[in-house]
Formats: sequence, structure tokens, C-alpha cells
Amino acid sequence: MKSKAVLISLLALAAVSGAAAKSIELLNVSYDPTRELYVDYNKAFAAYWKAKTGDDVTVKQSHGGSGKQARGVIDGLQADVVTLALAADVDALYDVAKLIPQDWQKRLPQNSTPYTSTIVFLVRKGNPLGLKDWDDLVKPGVSIITPNPKTSGGARWNYLAAWAYAKHKQGSDDAAKAFVAALYKNVPVLDSGARGATTTFVQRGIGDVLLAWENEAFLALKEFGTDKFEIVVPSLSILAEPPVSIVDKVVKKKGTETVARAYLEYLYSAEGQDIAGRNFYRPRDPAAAAKYASVFPQLQLVTIDAEFGGWAKAQKTHFADGGVFDQIYQK
Amino acid sequence: MSSPRASRSVLPGFGLSLGFTLIYLSLIVLIPLSAAFIKTAGMSWADFVAAVTSPRVLASYRLSFGVSLIAAMVNGFFGLILAWVLVRYTFPGRRVVDALVDLPFALPTAVAGIALTAIYSKNGWAGQWLEPLWARGIHQLSVLVPAVDWENWLGGKLAFDRPGIFLALTFVGLPFVVRTLQPVLADLEPELEEAAATLGANRWQTMTRVILPELMPALITGFALAFARALGEYGSVVFIAGNMPQHSEITPLLIITKLEQYDYRGATAIAVVMLVASFVLLLLINLLQKWSRRYYRI
Repeated sequence: MKSKAVLISLLALAAVSGAAAKSIELLNVSYDPTRELYVDYNKAFAAYWKAKTGDDVTVKQSHGGSGKQARGVIDGLQADVVTLALAADVDALYDVAKLIPQDWQKRLPQNSTPYTSTIVFLVRKGNPLGLKDWDDLVKPGVSIITPNPKTSGGARWNYLAAWAYAKHKQGSDDAAKAFVAALYKNVPVLDSGARGATTTFVQRGIGDVLLAWENEAFLALKEFGTDKFEIVVPSLSILAEPPVSIVDKVVKKKGTETVARAYLEYLYSAEGQDIAGRNFYRPRDPAAAAKYASVFPQLQLVTIDAEFGGWAKAQKTHFADGGVFDQIYQK
Repeated sequence: MSSPRASRSVLPGFGLSLGFTLIYLSLIVLIPLSAAFIKTAGMSWADFVAAVTSPRVLASYRLSFGVSLIAAMVNGFFGLILAWVLVRYTFPGRRVVDALVDLPFALPTAVAGIALTAIYSKNGWAGQWLEPLWARGIHQLSVLVPAVDWENWLGGKLAFDRPGIFLALTFVGLPFVVRTLQPVLADLEPELEEAAATLGANRWQTMTRVILPELMPALITGFALAFARALGEYGSVVFIAGNMPQHSEITPLLIITKLEQYDYRGATAIAVVMLVASFVLLLLINLLQKWSRRYYRI
């Protein structure tokens, strides 16, 4: 065992010293809205790694609904790193398949989330119903588009943001539940994923307001024009932390641990943070955050740990079968 | 002419071909299906019952089986007319129409779902006319028969409601009916109808006494295929259904929902119920077909 370890470290050393340029391939399994971000980032990282070690890295990307992607990895998709929409989906890699250690989220700074986002409202141009905050959404006649939280990671953030708002405003869990129930009464379509919901709202013209990831809302503005839609920022929303992790079992088998780690760590670098900001994710690094401060509106952001006691608990209380979300649909 | 040897098959190698058939069937059908049963076997009976009889799941069975049945029946009726036209008449563009029938076979169902939604949603080019019409019709019904909650049963909209599910399931099922009926219709000689006419049968009698009995077995097969296909359909329906819990959620979507929560056992439990129910239904339909063949042929 020991000699093997020495051999591996020697090999790693040889690789780092640039004795022979290798070409390495990584697979980053991510969720839907990060496509543009990682196209940018992969280029930057490849250049950085080439300069540092002389090796060529190509990073392949796989995108889809966050839960579906996690299931793919559990079922054997050889992902070196996962960059998913919520910690619960990464937790599943440990819970179901033991692909990563239990304390994976402590391995990188800031809960292993190099960038954050939040949930905002996308409304039609001119905001005809004058929707300003969560309170306005539960009024009769407002039609809200949000995906099904049982199938969509993003939709769980939407739900929790609404809950947190009501809890802060009215104080009790019962009031929050009533508020969320009223909100979902106004939802005419429950798409299975965030992209589907965006299509329903943008292309099919259904609904007055779309609850969306902030970066998706910006992308929609960029793609469809500011003459069609506008973003409304509520007074309070949730700090969405999409975490990243290496997949230990896979990188050990493929021998890509060093580069996979570096790939994630570089997300925290000045360049990585700048790329995140450019792609409408809120950077963690104060310097990058300051640079993009004019893009991202200020609002009160609550965290899932403080508000809901972490993902595992939130998942169990709200989204498991028979949980609060199921209860509000019971007749 | 009929010697006892005639009962022997022309092609040799029964043992070999049966063995091959069984292995093939096992690899492609039986082993994957038994995996579902084995996965479910890890659950306790109480868990299993709880998973497959929760109100949401029960509502989805009703919806899935109900709409699939209606879609298959509608396909049976219109598929018969379509097959009739394609076989009995020659007209310009017949081959194009004939090829169009196969389209639902080939098209990825997600594409079908997106296309149907685009057309029938309230800003789509058909939906903008049809949806108000549909809503008015539902309203009229509610006025006429106020005891029934028509809007809940039939859906107040086209896309993103129950009618959307019906549209998608009709779309995917159509070729099964047409393609099963076509060869039978082609074999049905027009002389039969002429003979019926010379014997004094009117058109209705010719249809119900001469043609339909001949077609019945094929029609039932086509119906069964369309029904089975509709039961399992997922890709196109999720785009157009609206997916509201207890209202427009089909059973396959609930299976995906369970998977999405890493509840593999719960998902396979529902899958097993669907499998058994579909199997029993198909068996019944097969029996019906056999019966109809005997009944009409004597």
C-alpha cells in the first residue's frame, strides 16, 4: 500500500513538474442554467492549467435537471466534479451511493459554494399588475409560473424563499404555510424543470410572473430583450447556494484528483470569481462582488441553514412525500 | 391432400428457434421487468401499499387509465376512417398522407409535446381560437348540468390541462390503429360489399354486418396497442399537461417524481402496479379479441 502511495505521488510530482505534457479530460456534471458559465470558465481553467503544468485539460459538460444529474452520477456516470443546484442533490451522492465523504461540504470555503444566486421575479414589460413583493403574488387573479419543487431544484429555492418571506413578516410556521398554499393556488402550470417553466412563461405567454433564478432572469432579459420583460426584486429572498464537489470515487479511479481539485479551487480565484459575476452569478470574493455591485440589486438574503436548519431538514419537512408541499395540495 | 404430415412445420429447428426466442425475450423484456419486481421486494407490504395507494397516486391512476382509454377509443374510430380512406381511395398526395401516419412513431415524443403545446396553448395559432371556444363549451355544460364540476373533470383549458393530455396521447397512439387495420382492409375484397348490396343490404347493414365483423379483431388489436402506448407515454405529456397534483398528473410523472427524490423503491412500486394493471388489461383485450374472432366468424 505504502509503496503504491509513494509511486502515485511520484507520478503526480512528475506530472506537475511538466516532465511530459499530458492531456486530461474531466467531466463536470452540472444543472441547467450553468451552461454559459462553465463554457467560459472551462476555457479560462484550461489556459491556467496549461500555464501551470503544461498539461492540456478539456472539460466536458453535462447539463440537466439537478436531481436527474445527481441520479446519473449515482447510477454510474463518471463525473469528476459535480456542480449542482442544491446541497441536497450532492448529499444524495453520499446517502445513496457513498461516492463522497459525508462532510464534503466542509472541504472548500463557504459551504463549497464559490458563487451564489437568489430568487427574483421576472414580469412582463411595464409590470402591468404592479407586482413589487411576495405579498402581491398571493392576490387573487395573479398567475405565477414556477416548476414543481418535487422535480426541480430551482423550484425548491422558490418555495423556500416564499416561505422565508412569510415567516419573517408574519412570524409563525402556520402563517407561512397558509401563505405558500395561497401562492401555489395561483400557479396554473407546474413544469417539471426550471427551463420548462421559463419556456412556458416566455414562449407560451402563460402567467404574469415567473419565479426564477436571478441568473436565469438576466439571461432571459439578454436573450429576449429588455423590451419584453423586466426583473422585479422582492424585499427578501433566499441566498441560493449551488455547491460544488469532486466525486472522490471517480477521481481516485481515473487518477484525476489533483486536477479536479484545482478545477474547483480555481473557481474561488480572482479570474474564476470574475467569470461568475460576468455570467450573472453573485461572486463570493469581495473585490469581484464590488465590481458587479451595480448589476446585482441589494436585498435581504436569508440562508437555508439559519432559516430551515439545512437542506436535509428542509427536504424532509417540506418536499418529502406527505411533507408540507403535498399537504397544501390535499383536498 | 391433407396427410398427417401436413401438421409438421415447413421450417425445421423448432427447438433452436424457441430457445433463441426465450433468451431474446428474457434479455429484452423479462429481466428488466423482473428488476422492478426485485427492487420492490425490498419493501415491506405496508410500505408498498402506502406507496401505491396515496391519494395523489390513486388520482394519477384514474387519470392515466381514463385518458388513455378515451384516447385509444377515439383513435379506434378515426383510425378506422383514416385507414379506410388510405386503402380504398386513390387521390393525389395519398402516399404523403400515408407516410404522415408514421410520423408519431418516429418523432421523439418530447418534440411532439413541445409542438402540441406551442400550437394549442392560448397564444398558439390553433389555441388562440380553440381555447375560448373550449372554455365557452365547458361553461355551457356547467349551466346545463350544474351538478357536475365539468371544469374540473374536463379541464378548463386545452394546453396545460387534461385536454392537452388527451391530445398528446391521441397523437402517439394513432399509427398503431391505422397500421393494424390497413393490411386487413386491403385484404377485404370490395366484392363482399357488392355481394351484400345485391342481396339487398343497405349501407348501414353492409357496414355493421359485413365489414365491421371482419375488421373487429384487427380493430381491437390496434386499440390495445394504442392504449398500451398511451399508458406508458411520458415525454410528450409532461410538456402539455400542466402537471397539477391530483388533477393533471399522469402516473409516469409520479414515478419520475419519486426518482427525483431518490425514492427508488417507491418509484418501482408504482411501476409494478402499472405493469400488472397493464398486463391484466392487455390480457383481457386479447381474450376479447379472440372471442370476437370466434363470435363473428361462426
